[in-house]
Amino acid sequence: MVLTDAPTKIVYERPEALDPRVTHYCPGCTHGVAHRLVAEVLEEMGEVENTIGVASVGCSVFAYNYFKIDFVEAAHGRAPAMATGIKRVLPDRTVFTYQGDGDLASIGMGEIVGAASRGEQITVIFLNNATYGMTGGQMAPTTLPGQVTSSSPTGRDVKRQGYPIQTAELLSTLEGSSYIVRRSLHNSREVRRAKQAIRMAFEVQKHGLGFSLVELLSTCPTNWGMTPVEARDWIEERMLTFYPLGDYKVSPAVAEIKL
Amino acid sequence: MAKELIKGNTAVAEAALRAGLEAYFGYPITPQTELLEHLSARMPELGRTFVQAESELGAINMVYGAACTGKRVMTSSSSPGVSLMMEGLSYIAGTEVPMVLVDVVRGGPGLGNIAPAQGDYNQIVHGGGHGDYRMIVLAPASVQEAVDLTALAFDLAEKYRTITCIMMDGSIGQMMEPAELPPMQPLKEEIPDWAVRGTRFGERRMLTSINLDPPAQEVMNFRLMKRWQEIEANEIRYKGYYLDDAEYVVVGFGTAGRISLSAVRAAREKDIKVGLLRPITVAPFPVDVLDDLTEKVKSFLVVEMNSGQMLEDVRLVVRGRKPVEFFGRMGGVVPFPDEVLTEIKRLVDGSLITEGHPRDRWLSRLAETIGSGENNGSN
Amino acid sequence: MPAKGYIVVNELYCKACELCVTDCPHDVLALDMDHLTPKGYHPAHMVLPEACTGCGICAIVCPDAAITVYRYEKQKAEA
Repeated sequence: MVLTDAPTKIVYERPEALDPRVTHYCPGCTHGVAHRLVAEVLEEMGEVENTIGVASVGCSVFAYNYFKIDFVEAAHGRAPAMATGIKRVLPDRTVFTYQGDGDLASIGMGEIVGAASRGEQITVIFLNNATYGMTGGQMAPTTLPGQVTSSSPTGRDVKRQGYPIQTAELLSTLEGSSYIVRRSLHNSREVRRAKQAIRMAFEVQKHGLGFSLVELLSTCPTNWGMTPVEARDWIEERMLTFYPLGDYKVSPAVAEIKL
Repeated sequence: MAKELIKGNTAVAEAALRAGLEAYFGYPITPQTELLEHLSARMPELGRTFVQAESELGAINMVYGAACTGKRVMTSSSSPGVSLMMEGLSYIAGTEVPMVLVDVVRGGPGLGNIAPAQGDYNQIVHGGGHGDYRMIVLAPASVQEAVDLTALAFDLAEKYRTITCIMMDGSIGQMMEPAELPPMQPLKEEIPDWAVRGTRFGERRMLTSINLDPPAQEVMNFRLMKRWQEIEANEIRYKGYYLDDAEYVVVGFGTAGRISLSAVRAAREKDIKVGLLRPITVAPFPVDVLDDLTEKVKSFLVVEMNSGQMLEDVRLVVRGRKPVEFFGRMGGVVPFPDEVLTEIKRLVDGSLITEGHPRDRWLSRLAETIGSGENNGSN
Repeated sequence: MPAKGYIVVNELYCKACELCVTDCPHDVLALDMDHLTPKGYHPAHMVLPEACTGCGICAIVCPDAAITVYRYEKQKAEA
């Protein structure tokens, strides 16, 4: 029973920076959580009006509809290159890309490695859900060995189809990377930690300290063939061992930042 | 073999496999992904090569490598992905190694949409990538036709050491129709005399597209052009419907041709003497039959799902001798037969202008239907 | 124990994913099987409102930012 005449305070409400539009994401898809966290962070930093986003190709292709900020749409994989162009001519803006595993780790590998190694002052939000969501659940560079997808119908065979790519580890080897971390969205504790990481990533850009990327382990209930609740369990049971959470690159200057 | 109800993409994939496809490299893109998925299961079953590349750029370059060994190779994509492949296609043409490309065409330009269109005509028919080259382009109008053209595509590619593109509208790729698949052919065993294979088999061979000496490059270009002339002389294919006594002729390929056929039949019911010319090879273009028809008919109506691309090839042949009108829908909008029938009636009833461009006249008529297009509809 | 807070689910956004239902530490939430949102989902709602502490975990996990969380201001302690 709600005591409607007792004084209350709002502990949490929908961020202003999120467009009122209902998203097209599947029920339980953690894209929605990531969008929310980015919106919350930009709002808390007072950066909403100063930000330009770069949407990529994947389920989040319409990300520009969901934030009340300026956005551009990149070709598949090319978002880091577009972000580079924007940030180089508008260095005082906050520029970020929002990419999935196909966009960033497959077709866009050239662009992300280029941007990271050049130390571009951009922030990359990277959703890793071990599949290609938008095109119907094909094998992704992040698909786990043995994982069944629509283009690895008998399970990913590492002899024929290679091994998954651990993006945070890979990019952390580049001198140009300043802040490369992996977090997860599979329970409330991890969502809180993910938000802190996203905040730090944008602070890195604000302080002009180089390339920042947050890899977020995410669910794809529809293409994994699970309920949203089961999908989060799958992250915990299967993905965490292959994609350990942690801070893979924190440059000395970034370590000095106090939030 | 019996007919089965099968999706176009799946049918072409299976037909290629049965034609002796040894290696497939591709990347998911709507509306052709089923082709990739089907082969991801079937190729390993048969011990053949399947790789989902990191992108279309990766895929076309993998095809290039495999094609240099003389094996039957294929890739498939849709409009934006095919654009990515243009560099690779130019290299493949410049190296004179055979391959098959399936382009399942969708609305564009840019990211466009996933609805069927024919907007890739200019790009594909004129070669696509940089430099002086052409490729053979086949345009099926049904799932069965797509199946039948698949084996032909490989044979033509190898006969002429060229690229054959099966240019399917997104509708053909996605729809399911009864079709009969061909029987399984064995993989070919002999290695072509230009293929690289290791010097333990014989003389050293190199495959490249570089010719730093311009006269040497020109010799190579000349060779490609002579080969194209041979293709033009021998490989034109088309279908004619009701052409014998036709006073008006509709020209359309693929889905547009198929829809126009329904309109042509409806017009015949009303005693309008109209026929349909449906090119099956849009490159090489069926010049002779169109030239013959120009002498006999009163006017032409070109129908396409684009802004009038084959229209220009038709006008080139007709050379202003008879009026050519145009009707098209763009952006993934598929025309209805009654829209085409209205245009046919306009040909018959209206006074036809020969000055000016039929595209401009069509755009004025289209503006009445869809508005001026002022807003950038990014949502 | 009286409730320390309450939540409101905006049914325009709720897609019945049940992440909030599962994660609520006090089993406050369930899908409302007697009601459908305009999109045809059974939205989440409080079935044990007296157990709500206003912790906000439901809102933290909600992919659609559908939840607003309220806490009652502390009443002055009365004898």
